[in-house]
Amino acid sequence: MSMSMFEGFKFTRLNTPMHRMDPRAKFLMVIVFFTAAVIFSNIIVLLSALAVQIPLTFLGKAAHRWASSIRSASILASLIFLMNFITGSPLTFSIAMAVRFLVLVSSFSLFFMTTSPDDLGLALERLGIPYTICFTFTMAVRLVPTMAVDAQRVIDAQKSRGLELEKGNILKRVRNYIPILIPLIVNAVRRSVEMAEALESRGFTSTKRREPMKVLTLNRIDYLAIVFSLASMILLIYIRLYVSIPTFDIPYRIKLF
Amino acid sequence: MGGLAVRVDGLSFTYAGSPFPALREVSLKIERGEFIIITGPSGCGKSTLCRCLNGLIPHFYPGKMEGNVEVFGMNTRFYTPKHLARFVGLVFQNPENQLFSLSVEGDVAFGPENLGFPREETVKRVEEALSLMGLKEVRDRAPYELSGGQQQRAAIASILAMRPEMVVLDEPTSFLDPRSSLDIIEAISFLNRRLGITVVLVEHRLDIASRFADKIYILDEGRIVDEGPPHQVYGRRETLLLGVGVPRISLLFQLLRERGIPVKEIPLTVKEGAEKLEAFLVDRN
Amino acid sequence: MIEIEGLAFKYPNGVLALDDVNLKIGEGEFLALMGENGAGKTTLIKHFNGLLKPTAGVVRVDGLDTRHLSVASLSRKVGLVFQNPDHQFFCETVREEISFGLLNFGYPRHMIEKRVNQVLRMLDLERYSESSPFALSGGEKKRVALASVLAWNPKYLVLDEPTIGQDALQKERLRNFIIQLITQGKCVVVVSHDVEFVAECKPRVVVLSKGRIIADGPAHKILSSEEVVGRGSLIMPQIAELMKLLKKHGFPAEVIDVYTACMEIQKRMSRGP
Repeated sequence: MSMSMFEGFKFTRLNTPMHRMDPRAKFLMVIVFFTAAVIFSNIIVLLSALAVQIPLTFLGKAAHRWASSIRSASILASLIFLMNFITGSPLTFSIAMAVRFLVLVSSFSLFFMTTSPDDLGLALERLGIPYTICFTFTMAVRLVPTMAVDAQRVIDAQKSRGLELEKGNILKRVRNYIPILIPLIVNAVRRSVEMAEALESRGFTSTKRREPMKVLTLNRIDYLAIVFSLASMILLIYIRLYVSIPTFDIPYRIKLF
Repeated sequence: MGGLAVRVDGLSFTYAGSPFPALREVSLKIERGEFIIITGPSGCGKSTLCRCLNGLIPHFYPGKMEGNVEVFGMNTRFYTPKHLARFVGLVFQNPENQLFSLSVEGDVAFGPENLGFPREETVKRVEEALSLMGLKEVRDRAPYELSGGQQQRAAIASILAMRPEMVVLDEPTSFLDPRSSLDIIEAISFLNRRLGITVVLVEHRLDIASRFADKIYILDEGRIVDEGPPHQVYGRRETLLLGVGVPRISLLFQLLRERGIPVKEIPLTVKEGAEKLEAFLVDRN
Repeated sequence: MIEIEGLAFKYPNGVLALDDVNLKIGEGEFLALMGENGAGKTTLIKHFNGLLKPTAGVVRVDGLDTRHLSVASLSRKVGLVFQNPDHQFFCETVREEISFGLLNFGYPRHMIEKRVNQVLRMLDLERYSESSPFALSGGEKKRVALASVLAWNPKYLVLDEPTIGQDALQKERLRNFIIQLITQGKCVVVVSHDVEFVAECKPRVVVLSKGRIIADGPAHKILSSEEVVGRGSLIMPQIAELMKLLKKHGFPAEVIDVYTACMEIQKRMSRGP
């Protein structure tokens, strides 16, 4: 179990067109992919939905990490495939279900890799969500890499005391995580107390009306993306309801149950 | 400009659930514009005292408080940290846990935004603070991309943006290497001398900070056991015995004095010490 | 002996943390590893017990290549005490905390009890044996962390920044304790950027800068060298700085501690006109 799956959701500060886009416009794109993935079971459509994201990952200079997150998510995707196939669904359908999962993971991954949690928080604020909730959200995202570092430190310390995480039967292995989890949790609590102190000392929530210094503006690319997304949405729904599309089917199924 | 920055009268404080008081009958006065160091052995109550100066005690940390703390005329029993944030900034040990944004700029804007200032005002203060702490080139960087020293400077900048009249720092150099520590203390001294900001610094590393201080308070087990200008305090035997990290140069002169060499004033810096010794040696010859 | 030959280490994100490091640490040696934050000190010590394996070069502990050994087996010989005790405490009592390593290494019950009591006494922690490690003060926690490693009596002891957050008395105590361990034949490696502490301990000093060793020698030579201090981004101990300023009066340049300096000054003062 590696940390590489998290790499696919971690924001890195770069200056790409994807990064510069307004989070609201980007999220609309995510919704389009989400819709496409959910309303279609057609394997060609789903694979296309996945393929369309690839040039976007290059645009966001996140292709490499996107690929590794897809690779990590494939483990879960294979599980989905197996569950469908073993319970009697046709081969292509089962594959389609796995691909659907990948499309969902992929679109969120792309979003989070190119959107700063700060900007995300700002977008949520603009949408009217109370500031404290927005802040909680951005904090959670911001703390993930910090906690990953903490976790590594704890693991290093315990390994240096002879803890062997790879040995033993399943019961022992689970027990071996107690010396990892407890320090992690204690540290997380300690950290949150320190952060709370710092927040209080910076007048957190002293006024109801906050004027954030940074203002999110929608520029031409954002408007284009929004228009394109809305159009695609309508198109997708129309096709799903009224148009029959060619499909590639291997009706092979296994009869276990 | 006159008037007291801080007035503490007979302050005692026991954290809720603790059997012993963390502070016992502490009384002190800090004038505006002073640079004060508070030090003492581990567990002496220095961190607790810091938190009494901006209202974290008693509002954030419940407990039994006796006596009074007045900061710029405001009694901390009646003013919460949110109110006092405009006047007193508190900088903590671990820079990581005081930086909330993904850019230095964002962090520096955090305070003014919280206080509800209009955008133009926030922008102005952010520029000012970034410039004062020399952070303009790294304004877009994320905290985790910065060195420990830069992170602490960002933390100080984020406090400065609120334009406090006093800055309290609780062992700000704990996690920093010597060069970065020197850098930070010099920055703090600059704020004190040029901008007249009152500084209360809690430190173990007295070798770097002593030369900037007007007065030093030594705490032990919650009580003030000594106070005065650093060179006086360092000249006393008891100070060493308490576990105070007296600067080596000061210690040297204390030892020389004990061995009969007529030392008048204990130096705080190596340069001072060298000059004094030169004078002695020239005298001899 | 710990032998390091041509060690290079690159993190997965591409950062080259160590570059061509060559170092030999003998049994019973006292070594201070210094350098600014980010110079590679912690990365280097993690190679001693196999937490990290070399990208290039080789690390040998008592003749065995660390690449072929597990962290657990190397840790029996090389005990690492990390900076922050809060990253390892998880037991209900100090006694259990100290027993953890011994349990992992398969010590029998009666030996565990014996060792734990020994080490509690050694570090003056007997009165805390049934206390919760979380309830202790910073200094006490550091002693418990140290105790939990000393419990299995590793031949090589590595302390990562043991003086952070400690007051002068605690540092003095630590210094004396280290010296005691050295006289008992243990090898102690201290990672520290506290120049005054190192100046007082007077160990062999190795300075790292940007992943390379830039100096290796006795403390009085290394810490009084302007060149090394400059390149290593350290600061010179105050006494060494003083001696430099007074060079023309014939003071020896390589004095770095207060007591020797005091004696030297007295000598020159009593020479008279």
